[in-house]
Amino acid sequence: MASEFTMRVWRGDISGGEFKDYRVEAQEGMVVLDVIHTIQATQAPDLAVRWNCKAGKCGSCSAEINGKPRLMCMTRMNLFESGDTITISPIKTFPLLRDLVTDVSFNYEKAKKIPALKLKAKEADGTRRMYQDDVDRVQEFHKCIECFLCQDVCHVIRDHEDNKPDFAGPRSFVRMASLEMHPLDEEDRRELLKVDAGLGYCNITKCCTEVCPEGIHITDNAIIPLKERVVDAYYDPVVWLMNKLTGK
Amino acid sequence: MSDQAVAVNRGGPTDKTLRIDSWWVEPVVTVGMLSTFLIYTTWAALVNEHYYVAPYLSPFYSPCLSTSCAHVTLGLFDWPLSPAILILWAPAGFRLTCYYYRKAYYRSFWMSPPACAVRDGHAQYSGETRFPLLMQNLHRYFFYAATLVVLFLWWDALLAFRFPTADGGSEFGMGLGTLVLIANAAFLSLYSFSCHSCRHLCGGGLDVLSQSPLRLKLWRQVSRLNENHMLFAWISLVGVMLTDVYVRFISMGYISDVRFF
Amino acid sequence: MANDKYETHEYDVIVIGAGGAGLRAAIEASAAGVKTALICKSLLGKAHTVMAEGGIAAALRNVYQEDNWKVHFRDTMRGGKMLNNWRMAQLHAQEAPDRVLELEEWGALFDRTPDGRILQRDFGGHRYARLAHVGDRTGLEMIRTLQQHAVHKGIDVYMECNIQRLLKDGDRVCGAFGYWRESGKFVTFKSKATVMATGGVGKAWKFTSNSWEYTGDGTTLAANVGADLIDMEMIQFHPTGMVWPNSVRGILVTEGVRGDGGTLRNSEGKRFMFNYITDYFRAETAETEEEADAWYEDKTNNRRTPDLLPRDEVARAINAEVKAGRGSPHGGVFLDIASRRSAEYIARRLPSMHHQFKELADVDITKEPMEVGPTCHYIMGGVRVEADTAATTVPGLYAAGEVAAGLHGANRLGGNSLSDLLVFGRRAGQYAAQYAQNLEGHPSPDDDQIEQYAQELLAPFNNDGGENPYSVHMALQDCMQNLVGIIRTESELKKAQTEIASLKERLAKVTVEGHRQYNPGWNLALDLESLLTTAEATTMGALERKESRGGHTREDHPGPDPDKYGKINLVLRRTDGEFSLSEEPLPEMPEDLKELFEESK
Repeated sequence: MASEFTMRVWRGDISGGEFKDYRVEAQEGMVVLDVIHTIQATQAPDLAVRWNCKAGKCGSCSAEINGKPRLMCMTRMNLFESGDTITISPIKTFPLLRDLVTDVSFNYEKAKKIPALKLKAKEADGTRRMYQDDVDRVQEFHKCIECFLCQDVCHVIRDHEDNKPDFAGPRSFVRMASLEMHPLDEEDRRELLKVDAGLGYCNITKCCTEVCPEGIHITDNAIIPLKERVVDAYYDPVVWLMNKLTGK
Repeated sequence: MSDQAVAVNRGGPTDKTLRIDSWWVEPVVTVGMLSTFLIYTTWAALVNEHYYVAPYLSPFYSPCLSTSCAHVTLGLFDWPLSPAILILWAPAGFRLTCYYYRKAYYRSFWMSPPACAVRDGHAQYSGETRFPLLMQNLHRYFFYAATLVVLFLWWDALLAFRFPTADGGSEFGMGLGTLVLIANAAFLSLYSFSCHSCRHLCGGGLDVLSQSPLRLKLWRQVSRLNENHMLFAWISLVGVMLTDVYVRFISMGYISDVRFF
Repeated sequence: MANDKYETHEYDVIVIGAGGAGLRAAIEASAAGVKTALICKSLLGKAHTVMAEGGIAAALRNVYQEDNWKVHFRDTMRGGKMLNNWRMAQLHAQEAPDRVLELEEWGALFDRTPDGRILQRDFGGHRYARLAHVGDRTGLEMIRTLQQHAVHKGIDVYMECNIQRLLKDGDRVCGAFGYWRESGKFVTFKSKATVMATGGVGKAWKFTSNSWEYTGDGTTLAANVGADLIDMEMIQFHPTGMVWPNSVRGILVTEGVRGDGGTLRNSEGKRFMFNYITDYFRAETAETEEEADAWYEDKTNNRRTPDLLPRDEVARAINAEVKAGRGSPHGGVFLDIASRRSAEYIARRLPSMHHQFKELADVDITKEPMEVGPTCHYIMGGVRVEADTAATTVPGLYAAGEVAAGLHGANRLGGNSLSDLLVFGRRAGQYAAQYAQNLEGHPSPDDDQIEQYAQELLAPFNNDGGENPYSVHMALQDCMQNLVGIIRTESELKKAQTEIASLKERLAKVTVEGHRQYNPGWNLALDLESLLTTAEATTMGALERKESRGGHTREDHPGPDPDKYGKINLVLRRTDGEFSLSEEPLPEMPEDLKELFEESK
């Protein structure tokens, strides 16, 4: 049940490059990453691609397949018709290292700027108690595999390089939401979110949610709730008045 | 479309997009739908006639606050222009600052971005960090105001059971219009209470929900509604427009109401 | 000075590998106040730990009060067929609960019990529900927590940096030499102490749950500087990997499926595991389906389902069923949870399995059974370490995690790996830091040696042998899969030895195209060296151990040999590229611990 495809794969580095076509046969059940591996093993041994688990768990093999940001290991070839030409390009938001591999250090730099968890005191019996009802919401954010597809697709930095210093990106917001909503955390990150992380740059166009391979509702469950929390702190005179009156 | 959008060379293809699917359909449809609604609503709100035919009041004119109204809900003062202007700012502002509609119009009207992984239509972008878009943060106030309006629409739906009689009195009854008004109020309620700000106020703002069982329950309910916020946004948008059309057409004599009893 | 030629960094402690063990070691070393670097082959947070699904075994006693470290210790030793280093098993069982609670302090969010503590789940070989978990993505939670903690502590991380040689000053290890994948340029790390946390060797097999990184780097690096390896023949084949489609064959299906109520069936619909209960486990295993099913709810009055026998037992049973012609259409058996648990329960407890089968095989596990079969998963053998300090037999070199050997004996219990990483990762970091602090002066590598290594690493570019590294790798995988698999015999193992020798010759002729920047062909050519080394060591051990025990099954020696092989480790030492093998007695267990095993009989 093999089918034939033309894979148009970007070859090049920061100084330039071009699409190259490879004719490949795909067996039943194959994913795009399998086909890339076939090209490596038979036609282009130096084709650079970053991958690890090939099971959608590590988030290494992010690329743009026919222009859509996706994990190559979770994109099955039977999405396409035999004979199709399929374009595989590197994720666009980050500088290209080679072929399909980009320099994603931006994301690691942003991660360094997020303050750690600050837990409140332990219970009297020396334990930590947290309830599933509270943990559920945060566990969704912990599903993130750091594939950085949300960072890639976000137009705030994808199309506006100059925003990179001022905008932490959806991945960082998911992380900050997980800390802000942690039932035992005492740190307040709202100023950071508003000022340094640039939450206001997000215009909630939801592409991060659309591309998330883990199905995390990034916009609805992380970013918008954070925006609402920032509103509490900065844009809500009623809350401000209440806090004044109750002396908080 | 400016090519300056990607100012720094990152290597890789420089195409505006490599998508080959019909990504442009969604923004085009959105522009079409929203424009139709905007044009119709503006006209319907300004025309200041055919908005009431007993016992049905068009939602665009409810609550009617001017003493000169064809159907006065709360006669506060005499207002020379269309009374719709007095109240429409609330639902309009609610929708304008709504987290869903923001997505819809930023994508379709402002093309920022027109679709995922398609280049932003503008070279510069500052999001909602500056005036006037900073005002989007006032969404929750519009939520309060729009919710008040929705309460009046339920009141109107109740009044739609009270039909005038020939002798100048009134009798209990129900027509198709009654159902239309109920459906309209219901859809608008679903839209209002599935709002992200509402979700935050109900419990989303708390870190420990398990200690507040009532708010946890409320938050879960609203969260469930919130998943369909976009759907409710469209249904209620079309619904409110059709409700006005229905009332208007009866008033203009194009159609007549179906009276069940 | 020759070393000006290459980028050089100087640290007190370097940790090679950034999975659970490496991260935990780096955190501990850094906390001890020594200058620490963490070096990893991939991006930070992508290491194989991320793939761990089921949970972290620790006797927290949140679900069963009866549990304690002694029960965990006993389970571990029995699961390992008593080949374990008893002291490691003891430390592991004693310290695992603290390590898990520590993760919670650093932000991990495990699933909860109704009273707000960490929930624990059932797993193969564990007497009580013991595994702290987060659905079926516990490894992700663990690595992310450690990663973020390490980042907050400001530890220097060198990503996509591939270490190829350890450097020595006299008899001490004093650093490492490798290349950046990004640029292909060489880099030297000078260090007082070095921790190996490089994981396993699974990429030598064709059907494996392991990622490309698992090429036996640490095992080979250590062997090359004279460290002892032990029990290299002990390979765990996880009983449940995906078998279809072919391209995803080997991807892990968590034991949690069975822990949460799933059962194995053959093509006749029979729960065949009841036919494979060995005498060793008979006393503690349910004999009827009723008892097995009742055990999930009531562990005091029922015995454990045979579906949750240790992994070696289940893998052999599946292998036998398939051989007997009772397999599933694609050569596995059926793993059925759909008919036994509600769709809602399955989706909540096993979300990533649900997703994985849906996306990769078009199978909805809430409605249909899965097809599963054994997949190469873990090596119990590896670098020999001192139990308390994680020190190898070479001064200045430490090892923790899968690369180290001893804790798991002949077979590892599910859930004991993540706790292993935490317990011994911490110990390796602690003692490496101590060693570095007590060391006077900074040992220094030999520049000529470094230059020689650099030339060796560039050899594939200058070769004109024309051999394709991918072909050599595939040939090795076929060889190991077919000849050094679950069931082994002398003739096949000898054939494997010949095959590996010829592959070594082919490796010498490998030619790499292109330049050094991010060149996977070159990277693979270099990884092949360690793959072949570990394959050779495994085959040698397998040939020597003439018995069947845990992860090593000999068709020509079907039973265990308690009098000879049950009492020894097979030790491999490498000098000038050649392995030599010797037998050394297992460390003697003290009397008070021995009693734990007598009571239970």
